[in-house]
Amino acid sequence: MDEPTTDVIQGTLDMLILKTLSLQPLHGFGIARRIEQISRGVFKVNPGSLLTALQRLERAGWLDAEWRQTESSRRARYYSLTRTGRRELEAESADWARRVSAIARVLKTEA
Amino acid sequence: MSAWRQLTRGLRALTRRSAADQDLADEVGHFLQESEAAHVSRGLSPDEARRAARREIGNAMIAREQVRSYGWENGVEELGADFRYAVRRLGKQPAFTSVTVLTLALGIGATTAIFSAVNPVLFEALPYPRAEEILVIADHGAGDSIIDVTFGTYRELTDRNRVFDALAVLRPWQPTLTGAAAPDRWDGQRVSAGYFRVLGVSPLIGRDFLPGEDRAGGPRVTILSHALWTERFGGDRGIVGRPVTLDGTAFTVIGVMPAAFENVLSPQAQAWAPLQYDASLPSFDGREWGHNLRLAARLRRGVGIEKARRDLDRIARDRVPEFARPAWASLEKGLSVLPLKDIVTAPVKPALRAVVGAVILLLLIACANVTNLLLARGAGRRGELAVRAALGASRGRLVRQLLMESLVLAVVGGAIGMAVSQAGVRALVMLSPPELPRTGAIHLDGAVFAFALGLTAVVGIVVGLVPALRASRSDLQGGLQESSTRTMGGSRGMHASLVVGEVALALVLLVGAGLLLRSLERLFAVSPGFDSSRLLTMQVQVSGVGLDDAKRYRFLSRALEAVRNVPGVDSAAFTSQLPLSGDLDEYGVHPESGGSESPDGDGSALRYAVSQGYIETMQIPLRRGRVLDEHDTAAAPKAVLVSESFAKRVFPGQDPLGRRIQFGPDRSWDTIVGVVGEVKQTSLALNRADAVYVPSPQWTWIDSRVSLVVRARGDAAALASAVRRAVWSIDKDQPVVRVATMEALLAASAAERRFALILFEAFAIVALVLAAAGIYGVLSGSVAERTREMGVRAALGATRRDLLAMVLAEGMRLTGLGVAIGVLTAAFGTRALVGMLFDVSPLDPGTYVGVIALLVGVAILACAVPARRAARADPAGSLRSE
Repeated sequence: MDEPTTDVIQGTLDMLILKTLSLQPLHGFGIARRIEQISRGVFKVNPGSLLTALQRLERAGWLDAEWRQTESSRRARYYSLTRTGRRELEAESADWARRVSAIARVLKTEA
Repeated sequence: MSAWRQLTRGLRALTRRSAADQDLADEVGHFLQESEAAHVSRGLSPDEARRAARREIGNAMIAREQVRSYGWENGVEELGADFRYAVRRLGKQPAFTSVTVLTLALGIGATTAIFSAVNPVLFEALPYPRAEEILVIADHGAGDSIIDVTFGTYRELTDRNRVFDALAVLRPWQPTLTGAAAPDRWDGQRVSAGYFRVLGVSPLIGRDFLPGEDRAGGPRVTILSHALWTERFGGDRGIVGRPVTLDGTAFTVIGVMPAAFENVLSPQAQAWAPLQYDASLPSFDGREWGHNLRLAARLRRGVGIEKARRDLDRIARDRVPEFARPAWASLEKGLSVLPLKDIVTAPVKPALRAVVGAVILLLLIACANVTNLLLARGAGRRGELAVRAALGASRGRLVRQLLMESLVLAVVGGAIGMAVSQAGVRALVMLSPPELPRTGAIHLDGAVFAFALGLTAVVGIVVGLVPALRASRSDLQGGLQESSTRTMGGSRGMHASLVVGEVALALVLLVGAGLLLRSLERLFAVSPGFDSSRLLTMQVQVSGVGLDDAKRYRFLSRALEAVRNVPGVDSAAFTSQLPLSGDLDEYGVHPESGGSESPDGDGSALRYAVSQGYIETMQIPLRRGRVLDEHDTAAAPKAVLVSESFAKRVFPGQDPLGRRIQFGPDRSWDTIVGVVGEVKQTSLALNRADAVYVPSPQWTWIDSRVSLVVRARGDAAALASAVRRAVWSIDKDQPVVRVATMEALLAASAAERRFALILFEAFAIVALVLAAAGIYGVLSGSVAERTREMGVRAALGATRRDLLAMVLAEGMRLTGLGVAIGVLTAAFGTRALVGMLFDVSPLDPGTYVGVIALLVGVAILACAVPARRAARADPAGSLRSE
């Protein structure tokens, strides 16, 4: 944990969730931990925002949710990516890449 | 898919809230646990791990709320909560709630009732397919008058027009059904064969008239109304093809109209038969050239009324040899064309518009009053609202909550209002003047319900919005600090202006009611030209097989004799048309040389074919000469009486006695033997006085329908059954109908004005009460709020009289301002009433002064209670009161 933690960039949480779930179904805490791990602790996910986002994405039909028993035999809600969710992820990643490169170009010319 | 998920998930959350909450709690709980476990695995003690996890997730409850607030179902829930809260709060203030609800119920109910009454007339299309294509065509008479067309004109238009699909002529028909147990007179119409095709309605059972059935000598067939069919023939489908005896002749029933069929041109009509005039137009003397038919036409699809006008102008202008025209149907002034709807509604439109205006004023006053009540209440709730705002309620949320309260009030008010309007509609139909068309179509239907619903919503928002915005604007600090209503000053101006508005609107209504009242007084002060007291009238129909003129006359004479012998009868006579009964029967007049025909060339006069004794029984004043007597028999030289106006117009500056006129179809020369006073025939408000009285036996025919007038010694109405029995003692098969005292006919002749007056009076009284309540409310609020000030003033030496005067002055200032604005508004607004007024200017000073005095008087009463309370101010007590 060398780098300082920061909140997820506004508007990218959905994309991060979709990406995380594209690998395997996870429950809420799993998603939060995975984002933290992969970003090497840069992004810290606010649990309230995460759970709200999960509900919204589920409503939008990009995620499916089901209750499963965990290894510790507790009820946990597992989320998995739907087909439309996958398409959305592709679209959002492409869009994001486009933006990032555009921002990078702008920053370069200023430098 | 996602919309579906939104819906189903939302519904599940709504319907199974506890399960959904449990899921959420589980998910948050699981998150916490996992987080804790993760911290433990990183080496924290269980306690530390729990704290760390808690820190991360924040307040678990807030996280849950955050997740919970997502989704549309949440808005629904908030609305539900607002609703329950509103109901609870309103339930705790029964006095406030019931006053508000009743005021709203009155406003909404009255408006809805009026809307349901005017909707069929003013807004709805007539109940015919493509009703806008149906036109009524009329001829131009003397001056600006519009008169019926002749059959000849109808024939020519049918042949030459290029714009109509169908034309039809019609005239009233009142056949008597005989051969049954009791003689029964029906109202009906003689129509040309295309009548129902013009309207676009077909019979329910049986068939329509066939083209050609309306030729002279055509078959005797009739179509019945649904009501007549069910009442008289028990709804027997076998009626088609069976004969009924009408006026002694067998008519074959060929059809029955549907129940929903409305015959707007003659709403009473129960039976129709073909009009069998001679289409070859044999001579100008026949009935084919009398102005006695109404003409309706259906436009060809896609043809506008302007095009129809041009086509009719062309026909009127370009004469063709095949269609010769007499001078009185020359069409020189063209033809008048109006949509059927205009013909039906035009007579009542001014009255209905005025009533609609009045009820809108009433609704505005009710709304102002309720707004004021809500404002006062909002001011008292500033503390509560400030606390709620401090706890995190947004301004939008507070406004929504307050609006919900006003909406709840409006909805309850609207529901009661619907009940009010139901009663109101019944009263309206009962009160409605006979001229009001389509009363049968007045009922509470979907359109009315939608109107009431919309009105309720609008009223709820209108009355709630200002108070809600105002109450929610209060700053937190002030609201929390403030313990009571000490600083209501802000809303005081709003209250005052609403009250001023109420007073102004009430004044407008009162002025309207006052003007109508004076009009009616003036109208009834007009003499009808005869003595209307103790006068009984009824119509006797003479019909039957083989009844020729001589037999008819014998029956009438004998019946009259029998009536004269009834105890209590002072005198009796009959006439072909009765004043103020709706009868209108005119014939052309041609004076001998030396007299002047009217410049229009259309000298026509009302025809009264009367029995001996008519002038005396009616007590129409005889100005010159003699009355008609028993010597004026069929064989005697033809003698007539004329009205004064006729004598002046036709023989100006000459002695009319002994002069001769041609009157009626037989073109014989009749000698004027007397001049009598003028009589109002159509209405007290109209001068249409040119009249010629001919002895019944000397007229070209003996009328088959005459009105009996009976002057009673005592109560006229009590004589009715005895007189009827006397008529039936001569022939029990002759129907006697339209029994009414002349007083009742007089009253009915002003029914439309009376209708408007009753509504205006009712609305004005309610408005007055509401305005007074408004003044009272504002002043008592102001006095209560200024208790301290009053105490100080009293302590400083103000006398009771001073305090009383101060409060009264405040009330009078509001009233005076309202009156000033109201007078200006009324001066403009009452122009809309001009058509309803009689002999009264819309600026009649007497009315204005009276109304202002009444309003100020009531306002003083409304001020008196709060003023007395102020005057009783106890210096010590009121200073201690805070």
